[in-house]
This record gives sequence, C-alpha cells and structure tokens, in this order.
Amino acid sequence: MMHLPILPILLPLLAGILLLLLRPLGLQVQRMVGFAVTFALLMLAVWLFDGALVGQRQVYALGHWPAPFGITLVFDQLAALMLLLTAILAVGALWYAIVTEIDAQGSHFHVLFQMQLFGLNGAFLTGDAFNLFVFFEVLLLASYSLLLHGGGKERTVAGLHYVVVNLVGSTVFLFALGALYGALGTLNIADMAAKVAELPAEREGLVMAAGLLLLLVFGLKAAMFPLYLWLPAAYANTSAPVAALFAIMTKVGVYAIIRVHGTVFGEDAGSLAYFYAPWLLGLGLITLVLAALGVLAAFRLRIQVAYLVLASVAMLLIAVGLHSETGLAAALYYLVHSTLLAGGLFLLADVIVRGRGAYADRFDPGMRLPHHALLGGLFMFAAVAALGLPPLSGFFGKLWILQAALEHPWRWAVLATVLISSAILLIALARSGSVLFYKVKDRPDAADPVLPAQISAFAPSLMAVLWLLAAVPLLVLLAQPVAEIMQQIAAQTLDTAGYRAAVFDPAVGGK
Amino acid sequence: MELLIALSIGVLVACGVYLVLRASTFPVVMGLTLLSYATNLFLFAMGRLAIGVPAIVSQDAAGYTDPLPQALVLTAIVIAFGMTAFAIVLALKVRSETGSDHVDGKGGEV
Repeated sequence: MMHLPILPILLPLLAGILLLLLRPLGLQVQRMVGFAVTFALLMLAVWLFDGALVGQRQVYALGHWPAPFGITLVFDQLAALMLLLTAILAVGALWYAIVTEIDAQGSHFHVLFQMQLFGLNGAFLTGDAFNLFVFFEVLLLASYSLLLHGGGKERTVAGLHYVVVNLVGSTVFLFALGALYGALGTLNIADMAAKVAELPAEREGLVMAAGLLLLLVFGLKAAMFPLYLWLPAAYANTSAPVAALFAIMTKVGVYAIIRVHGTVFGEDAGSLAYFYAPWLLGLGLITLVLAALGVLAAFRLRIQVAYLVLASVAMLLIAVGLHSETGLAAALYYLVHSTLLAGGLFLLADVIVRGRGAYADRFDPGMRLPHHALLGGLFMFAAVAALGLPPLSGFFGKLWILQAALEHPWRWAVLATVLISSAILLIALARSGSVLFYKVKDRPDAADPVLPAQISAFAPSLMAVLWLLAAVPLLVLLAQPVAEIMQQIAAQTLDTAGYRAAVFDPAVGGK
Repeated sequence: MELLIALSIGVLVACGVYLVLRASTFPVVMGLTLLSYATNLFLFAMGRLAIGVPAIVSQDAAGYTDPLPQALVLTAIVIAFGMTAFAIVLALKVRSETGSDHVDGKGGEV
C-alpha cells in the first residue's frame, strides 16, 4: 500500500522504455504491449480511485526526504479523479489509433503515447511546483511529437506554432517559479501555502505578481483568453486519436489552477485569498463568447470541435472562478463530461471524415455517408450533450454551474453569457449537422472522386467512439452518486489546512 | 553586481522577445534560446547573490549560499537544451516541407 501513489507514474515510464526496446519485434507486439499497459493503467486507476474515496490523502516522499526538503507526491481524491479520467480517455484513443492504423504512419507512436501518460500522471500527482514544471515539460515534449506524428504540411506548421507558444510559456513558468522561490523560499505547494499565510505585507505585491504569471502559464495550457489562438489549428490538424488524448491537455491547465492557486492562495492566504478568482471568471466569460463565435465561424468540422473544446474549458474557468464549493464540484462534474465528450467527438469527426472521401470535414454538401443514420444519430447525440440541452450530461453540468453562479455577485453576467453562448452553439451545430447529413447530392458530380463504399475498420473504430461517449448517459443515470462524489472531492480539495497537515506530517494524512 | 545581473536579465529578455516575434523560424529559435538564458540567470539570482560561499556542507564554511536554485537551474538547462534541439529540427522540417522559412509556411523565401 505504501508505494501505490507512484505506480501510475512508473507504469507508463517503464512501459515506454520497454516499447522502445521491443521495436525490432514489429508493430503488432508494440500494439499489444501498449494496449495491455494502458488497460492495466485503467484498472489501477479504478482501484486507486475507489481507495481514495474512502481513505485519507497519501503522501509519498521520494527518496524518503521529508517535505519541504524533498519532492513529494500527493495522492488525493482530485488527483485520483484526474488519473482515472486520463486512463479512460487513453484506452479509447489508443484503441482507435490501433484499429485505424494511424499508429503505423510514423515511428514510435506507442512509446510517445506512454510518455504522454507518464507526463500527465506525474503532473496530477506531484505536490511540488518545480516538479510540476518538469512533468509539464515531459508531457509537452511527448505532445509535440504526437502532434506531428504522421506529418503533412499543415500539421507541421500548426505544430511549429504550438511548440513555440509552449516554449515561451515554459519560460514564463520558470520566471514565475523563480519569483515565488525568491519571495517564499520554497517550491513545495503545501509549504508555499504555509508561507503565504504569514507573508509580510511588503512582499504581497511580488507574490501576487508571481501568482498572476503562474495563472498566465496555466491559462496558456488551458487555452484561456487571450492565449487560446494556438488551440484550433493544433487540435484540428493533428490525427484524431492524438486530438482525443489532447482533450485532457487543456484540463491539465485547469487542474493546475485548482491545485496550485487553490492551495497556495486558498482561504488562509489573508489578503491574497482567492485574488485570482475574478481574473479567472472574467477571462472565462470572454473565452466562452469567443469560443461560441469560433464554433459558429468554423468552416471545417474538426475546427468546430476544437472550438467546442475551448467552450468547455471556458465553462470550467467560469466554474472555478466562482470559488465556491458548489462551483468546484460542478466544475469537476463538467470536467469529466467535457473531456470524454471532446475525445469522443474528435474520434467521431474522424469517422465522418473517412466516410466523406475528398470532402473531408469541410462543410460542403457531399455524397451520402455510409452508415449515415447511425453516424448522424451519434453526431446529434454528441451535439446535444456538448450544447448542454436536456436530457444529457452537458445539461446537468451547465445547470449545476449556473446554480453555483447564483450565489456570486456577477450572476447576471454569468447567466447571460452562458445562455447566449449556448444558443449560438445550438445554431452552429444545427447548421453543421444539416450540411453533413441532410444536404447530400443525389448523383456524384464528374469532379467527385469515387467514395469508399465502406469505411475501413468501421465497427471497431466506432467502438472507441462509443466507449468515450458512453460517459454521457452514464453521468446522467448515475447523476446522484456522481454528484455526491464530486462534492466530496471538492470539499477535500478546498480543505487546504488538511492538505498542508498531510504533507508535513504523513502520519496525519494516513497511509 | 545586482545592477549588472538585473541589466543582463532585462536585455536578454528584451532581445529574446524581439526575436521570438520575428516572422522567420531561425530568429524565433534564437529568441527562445536567449529567453532560456534569461530564465536561468533569473532562477540563479532568486537564491540571493553571494560571493565566495559554498553551496555544499563544508567544515570551514563561514556561511552557505542557497543550493536549491542551482539544482533548479541545472534542470532548467537540461530541459532548455532538449527543447531548443527539438525546435531547431522542427524548424528544419518546416523549411523542407513548405519551402519557406516563414513561421506560417507562406510565401517564398523571407
């Protein structure tokens, strides 16, 4: 039981190294090992999540150096939820990559995939701000290579923008960490929270500036206004399973804000308590408006889905910016819903693209899709969930966030923005659905290429879509227990005193 | 020394930001490199500047300088090295695939 918290980090790391060595044995072996390890990670995550719900926080001191001197891993309910979400998404994305043979388009797909999971899991578990930076770099470097996997001109150019923007972000991250270290003398998140609580007044400005710089960095990862411009091109031009896996990447930014800002500038932080929340709320509202306009203006399905991801991040930023326990619980519910839905939508878009031949995902009337009724039905189902119309999980998530907003002084701004942007999304998705599925040509033009009669590997690839979209009805059917779990997680996350106690005295936190 | 360090960091950041905003890939990579130098210096300075005191435990040490920023800088240097190498290779790939050095891959030679 003692070494459990480090297992989700070690498993993908060792699997990545193993896959590198297995390369001479061919792609089939790599596929089997990669999928088996990812599935094992899912089982591990389920088991850990189950344990985390009843147990205390577990603190793992690497090399037995006690906090704040060593690097600590903190395994709590929020981290367990994120691990579980990543593993579910990874299984779907990897399955899709294998059955559509996207992993064969370049070398080292499976190695990079495991390294991506290594970075993600590490970022969720670490309790040290500098270690968070290191894991961010690990997951970013893996994401750069995954993004470029398969190649192509547009993908390379979008990749260059993504890489440069994130490298500048890393620089700002280091400046923020340096300033925080200079002001507080520590980088352990729990220790930082303790130091901020007894901060002399003359250093408040410096710490606040560093906190805002850090918000800038996490906002960049989360694609917050005005730092979202890299997202649509990067997500729309990469391969579908990578885009699906990237659905969690923006949420890493939101997670980091909840974890670092929520802990360091929590309720004990004196005059700095929750100083970041109005920024988050305001920028989230602007992001939501721009994302809705982006969905409306998109001329390709995958760009539209990328803007839907942006809209879901904006909802999360708004919910976190409300800085109430209800708001955080609603944010976590919406985070699970939107991450799995976005992954499913990217995969579904790819299935549709494969069926449309040369029309790809442009909103031009093309020939009737193979399996059009099934695909159209799935598209409508996913669109309803993404819009937040009843009876699917998007509705519950949005309703819960709006309920939390009622206690906030900005309630009218939040209500108006969320509802109007939802209406814009409805118009945009109704248009794209009707172009893709209703407005079809009877006879092919002379210029039209021959359409594929059947989409290759249709049934297995659809299974990956269903695997991810299954979360939508499940979150509705199990809304009551899931909501209770989210409230429990939010309560534990906001209990920063308990977090500090667990880190400094592992006996309190329990084993 | 404070003024010199502050000026160095400031000039490096200014030059780095200017180069990152250029439209062709090579200056952008150079700008990223300058920015990473600036962060390394900044991290180093954030452990307070001290001359002639050791960072490791020693019998005849009058005082110690903070060892943590040195560990941080070391990590940051390694990561910056790897990232710069990756950015250069990517820039070369963009150059060969689009036939242009422009960051958007548009137009002929810039």
